[in-house]
Amino acid sequence: MALKELRTELRKNIRGYGMYIALFVIFVIFTITTDGIFISSRNISNLMNQTGYIAVIAIGMTLIIVIRHIDLSVGFLSGFLGAIAAIAMTFWNLPVYVVIPMVLVLGFIAGLITAYPVAKLGIPAFVASLAGWLIYRGALLMATLKTGTIVIPNKAFNAIGNGYIPDIFASDKFLPKTHKLTLLLGLITIIWLILSSVKARKSKQSYNFEILPLDLFIGKQIFVSVLIGIVTWILAGYNGLSWTFAIVLLVVAIYNFVTKKTVIGRHIYAVGGNPEAAELSGVNVEKVTFIVFGSMGMLAGLAGILYASRLQSATTTAGTLLELDGIAAAFIGGVSVAGGVGSVVGSLLGAIVYTSLTSGMNLMGIDISSQYIVRGAVLLGAVIFDVAARKLGD
Amino acid sequence: MKSKKILEMKSITKTFPGVKALDNVTFSVTEGEIHCLVGENGAGKSTLMKVLSGVYPFGEYEGDILFSEEIQKFRGIRDSEKTGIAIIYQELALIPELTVYENIFLGHEIQKNGVLNWNETIKQAGEILIKVGLDINPETKVKELGVGKQQLIEIAKALSRDVKLLILDEPTAALNEDDCDNLLQLLKDLQSQGVTSIMITHKLKEVIRIADMVTVLRDGQTICTLNAGKGEVSENILIKNMVGREINNIYPSRKHEISNEIVLEVKNWTAHNKQYGHNILNNIALNVKKGEIIGIAGLMGAGRTEFARSLFGNPDHYVITGNLYIDGKEKLFKHPETAIEAGLAYVSEDRKKNGLILIQDIKQNITIANLNKIRKKIIIDDNAEIVTAEKYRNALSIKTPSIEQKLNKLSGGNQQKVSLAKWLFVNPEILILDEPTRGIDVGAKYEIYTIMNELVTQGMSIIMISSELPEILGMSDRVYVMSEGQITGEMPTNEATQEKIMHLATN
Repeated sequence: MALKELRTELRKNIRGYGMYIALFVIFVIFTITTDGIFISSRNISNLMNQTGYIAVIAIGMTLIIVIRHIDLSVGFLSGFLGAIAAIAMTFWNLPVYVVIPMVLVLGFIAGLITAYPVAKLGIPAFVASLAGWLIYRGALLMATLKTGTIVIPNKAFNAIGNGYIPDIFASDKFLPKTHKLTLLLGLITIIWLILSSVKARKSKQSYNFEILPLDLFIGKQIFVSVLIGIVTWILAGYNGLSWTFAIVLLVVAIYNFVTKKTVIGRHIYAVGGNPEAAELSGVNVEKVTFIVFGSMGMLAGLAGILYASRLQSATTTAGTLLELDGIAAAFIGGVSVAGGVGSVVGSLLGAIVYTSLTSGMNLMGIDISSQYIVRGAVLLGAVIFDVAARKLGD
Repeated sequence: MKSKKILEMKSITKTFPGVKALDNVTFSVTEGEIHCLVGENGAGKSTLMKVLSGVYPFGEYEGDILFSEEIQKFRGIRDSEKTGIAIIYQELALIPELTVYENIFLGHEIQKNGVLNWNETIKQAGEILIKVGLDINPETKVKELGVGKQQLIEIAKALSRDVKLLILDEPTAALNEDDCDNLLQLLKDLQSQGVTSIMITHKLKEVIRIADMVTVLRDGQTICTLNAGKGEVSENILIKNMVGREINNIYPSRKHEISNEIVLEVKNWTAHNKQYGHNILNNIALNVKKGEIIGIAGLMGAGRTEFARSLFGNPDHYVITGNLYIDGKEKLFKHPETAIEAGLAYVSEDRKKNGLILIQDIKQNITIANLNKIRKKIIIDDNAEIVTAEKYRNALSIKTPSIEQKLNKLSGGNQQKVSLAKWLFVNPEILILDEPTRGIDVGAKYEIYTIMNELVTQGMSIIMISSELPEILGMSDRVYVMSEGQITGEMPTNEATQEKIMHLATN
């Protein structure tokens, strides 16, 4: 009985669960082929840090693709904004708390500029953002022309890409060598998720709405809790939660909330689903386009900060092809080229899959040339699965 | 004239899910004649021609097609083209960036050893252009020509394929008077060269001028075939046969008082299309009273949808002059958003193209135009959304297992109800319904009419655009007739007849 329900539930949401299954399979394969090194705390911790800037780009790109556009400019834009951040700190001596918001705002403005020809003049986003790609590439080279690589001396800034959240309960007796604050945060997250699902369920029940059967509901809660528990435990075993991953999680949480729970989120998906119908339903398609590109630009700024801080410097090639990595991650995460379909969480998972491949194959000592081919095959496979799953769902 | 039949379509039946588009249609054409096919919108003319040209391949319809006295089983347009049938659609299928000669020979290019022979192509194109009476350089790009000349290029394209039967679907709809004359003359000329033509048209004066034979279709059936030579063709006879449908009681009655309060008024409303450089709408004047249903009748291309959209925030960005008053206050909407805020709603004619979001579910489609109503601070209240969707599902009896069903899985009638539900949730003062019952079955039609009656009884006003005359007469309190972007007549429904409306619409 419960099994049958589970099967229909899985079948109905095969797209969503497929990502988790794929990720699980990839993790198992790499754990076996690397004798467990892949799943070690240290490696997973590194993996999450490497995922950071790709995930951030992938999330912004998800919304761009949902409204049927593309933004190729964001790779070099993030490199350029990273360089601006470096210059602002080293040459202009601006403090970090000024530089970060400044870069985010600049990114937002850059996004609006890309959006202008797209929204107002009907220029295809591919062309408009390709122009941006060239322009920001030039801007990046210009910014680093005199100095070459700019080394960033600011410790607080560099901690974003390399540091971990402090452990306030440091103790050698209770759970030694484990990051207790990370564990606590994981626990709080689990409790919060369970409480809010129970609350939502009760509210639905009070309206007599359709809900998941109790056994499936409990099963789902356990599954999610265990998953978060494992990830937390692994991270806590090294240095705890990194600042990068904390920032990514925050971004995911905010974007997930906005896309799923707010009016602007609905408008974005409506525009993606059918722009003409959305327009005639009173949705301001132009405004939505500006907001989505603006958000993409802002996230490009954030990715630039993460990248520069990870390298502790701004380089002349920062952000090269980052836009395509972000696009690939979004597609692996289930975004549809036809528009209107795709989720922020899916794209985060897509980014994790994407960097897991790199990380796992590096550990296995596989040549970079083969790595590209494997990544290409995975991207293609993911999209084919996507198309097949959607047919099955219909 | 030889009496050999070039084409015989016998007992053709074509069904779409839920609708019988063609019901046992018989249609035959004698070699060398010009045969006109007339009927209201939706009578089945275009469907019949699509069956003939292989757009609906053999096996998707019942009945037989005999061409040159042989049974044909076309699997696609290529097959019908090979046998010598050429069809020219209303929307021209030319490629504007290519030259005239490239367009004429597109798809059957002249080659020599696998290499295109442009010199021969240009020479032959020139000869064909003379045949269609076009005095232009074959190397001109098509985009530099006017619509009238483009239409002739289409015919040239057909002639280059050695056509035996030429089918024209409303060839004169977009042409001015001179170009019309030219085209009709050309058809006569081609006739003397032995080309048989079938012409679909709404303009009855053209039919009278050019046709040897006329077949009238109505509701997917052949009503009659008339012989012009025997004096059987006149405007009155044609109209009578086209509209002769009986109005039975598929229209629920309503009893309510219409107040004298005018909720919407339009004066000197003119819309100019910058792209094509002409006026889509000319000097329209119209008013709607509170609790009234006005019907806008007219044929396809009369400008009715364009008029509705120009009122509703003008998403086509026409250049508009004239005045619009809502409740006596002058308004000008720059975006549908502001039109909705002012109390207007527009249920579009093509629900799949621009009415609904097919990949989203019923509840999301119902709430999209009024999300603020189910919003708590910044969060959309899922429960309120479900309550809303369930309410309209029951009120409009939308047949679905769940309100989380995706729209692309619903039938046309249920999709239309969702479309309606979306706007009822906005609770507009004036509801514009553009072809509210197109492509849905009789039962669902009745339900939609009942809903319309309830709405006007509650004080809403409805502007209903419809191509179905019985619907116009059965549902409206007052009728406006449009033709070529203008209002050609206005009358209370009790003074209106189908014949009267058709005369004004074919003006």
